[in-house]
Amino acid sequence: MTLNRRVFLGATGAVAAGLSAPMVLAQGKPRVVVVGGGAGGATAARYIAKDSKGEVDVTLIEPSRVYYTCFFSNLYLGGFQELSDIAHSYGTLAANYGINVVHDWATGVDRDAKTVSLAGGGSVPYDKLILSPGIDFVEGAVEGWNISSQNKMPHAYKAGSQTELLKAQIMAMPEGGTFAMVAPPNPYRCPPGPYERVSMVAHVLKANNPTAKIIVADPKPKFSKMSLFQEGWANHYEGMVDWIGEDFGGGTVSVNPDAMTVTIDGEETKVDVCNVIPAMKAGRIAEMAGVTDGNWAPVNAADMSSKADPDIYVLGDASQQGDMPKSGFSANSQAKVCANAVRGALTGSKVFPAKFSNTCWSLIDTDDGVKVGATYEATPEKIAKVDGFISQTGEDADLRKATYEESLGWYAGITSDMFG
Amino acid sequence: MRRSFILTCATVLVSIAPLTRAAEDLGDPEAGKVVFAKCKGCHQVGEGAENKIGPHLNGIFGRKAAGLDRFNYSKSLARAGNSGLEWHADTLSAYIENPRAFASGTRMSFRGLKDPKDRANVIAYLREFSDNPRDIPEADPTATGTDHSVDPAILAIQGDPEYGAYLSSECTTCHQIEGGDEGIPSIVYWPDEDFVVAMHAYKDKQRPHPVMQMIAGRLSNDEIAALAAYFNNPQ
Repeated sequence: MTLNRRVFLGATGAVAAGLSAPMVLAQGKPRVVVVGGGAGGATAARYIAKDSKGEVDVTLIEPSRVYYTCFFSNLYLGGFQELSDIAHSYGTLAANYGINVVHDWATGVDRDAKTVSLAGGGSVPYDKLILSPGIDFVEGAVEGWNISSQNKMPHAYKAGSQTELLKAQIMAMPEGGTFAMVAPPNPYRCPPGPYERVSMVAHVLKANNPTAKIIVADPKPKFSKMSLFQEGWANHYEGMVDWIGEDFGGGTVSVNPDAMTVTIDGEETKVDVCNVIPAMKAGRIAEMAGVTDGNWAPVNAADMSSKADPDIYVLGDASQQGDMPKSGFSANSQAKVCANAVRGALTGSKVFPAKFSNTCWSLIDTDDGVKVGATYEATPEKIAKVDGFISQTGEDADLRKATYEESLGWYAGITSDMFG
Repeated sequence: MRRSFILTCATVLVSIAPLTRAAEDLGDPEAGKVVFAKCKGCHQVGEGAENKIGPHLNGIFGRKAAGLDRFNYSKSLARAGNSGLEWHADTLSAYIENPRAFASGTRMSFRGLKDPKDRANVIAYLREFSDNPRDIPEADPTATGTDHSVDPAILAIQGDPEYGAYLSSECTTCHQIEGGDEGIPSIVYWPDEDFVVAMHAYKDKQRPHPVMQMIAGRLSNDEIAALAAYFNNPQ
């Protein structure tokens, strides 16, 4: 390893007992480096470490010591979760699975030397590299907004301080004020996410500021679970939500963060909060590694390996794989297929055929949960949908409540699957 | 004519016999409501039921013994719960037959229901206040191991736990390997047969949950057996 002293010290807090022993023994062991500690990366690191039983040296590079899941961050906005409920650390992955957790930014990939360079200096060598960096935003996607505007007009599409800021702004809205959302074009992280967020904001405003309004400018003609959300908005938040789709100019939007105005199809509106969710692309490291084509990183469906480099794998939101939505559930599912393939390639363990699945739960109001899901298989061209289902409009309250409770169970399940 | 009549009768008897037996096993909730009068002095059940002298009995099926946070149970029952006792039709029946014989230190001062029919009836009555078959997640009133028929040849398949371990990763996105069961039921340490029967009931769309129908729908008989073998004793 060529980690320098500073990075090594930075990592020891999380690594505790795990680091020194595997490092000494690591000579000659195959090395896997995982960049990004979310639903894709943390799961892949954990499964490779767990199933290889020490035969593979696993390093996880993740800048955050405390990771806030983007999934369920809307429930924090709605007051159904505390921020601490969606916070996770990497202590168990380090201590119980022997993963070298390095809290630093990966700043580049040398594909010939097979090393990942770190912002803090030094580099980490790999035999197999797994990139699971999530999303970044396309520059210039919303006229008038760039990343330096995020404190005035938060995106809150990477959870943590942005989510906290957006919540504070919602709570500080004047009576009868206006909350605006600029929704993203396809494809983007968490297809029902913006609309669950609208529901959660409406829930909070209905309780604290019932004459407030919500405007959504959307470049799309339709969206995920549209009939379910629209039914829910009509039932729970009548007259509060004004969704302006593509047909009504929702895609022709500019914002002015200093003046706090939003202009939709030529009509300027003064707003109190503006949540700008710009068009998205793969997290930057994928582009720096040269595995992207356009905004995303194309992968082979059978094992999530990059189409540009057989020793690099791309998971989750950053990958371009076919039919699966960009979701935490999808990334977790892809990570297990990838972990099985990577371990097989490095240790000769048996590689089983790929199976993928996804379910996305959304909360509309208290005890009113809905879901959509599907199963997928690997074909030579892409990850292809096999079968699916969606909640129905008009379901009874008991079923909706059970669906919500199920989502809480899922959150507990997936986070223990990710972080141990 | 006469001969064919007898044959027909025989066929009918054969085909209805299992149903009759199943109905007896399940008991009659109406009769159970009458039996429950003996329990009412201490236990409430139904809408708005609260803990009184005894804990409320809503959602009792699948609940860990001494499993309500807000009730002060005997040490004896708490210990039984912590060692894995859950309330299902069979354990409930054993308990109410003779509470003190089943859990010696229980505070339930009830001499017991000796008649198996009374027990079956009152358990059937309580089922009505546990999860409904269309609810999700399903509780076990609808998940007893005998509610769906599965070809014995399928039940006889010996699953490969290593393959099951790989396949299980699809399950553990939602179901916790440590066995947590908040909102989503625990699937660890089930007897193989119960697991296989339940999965085939989803695969055949006899059980109602859409996610599980989808997941089970594309699992082969061997894959279901492999999962049963793995989850029976994970790690």
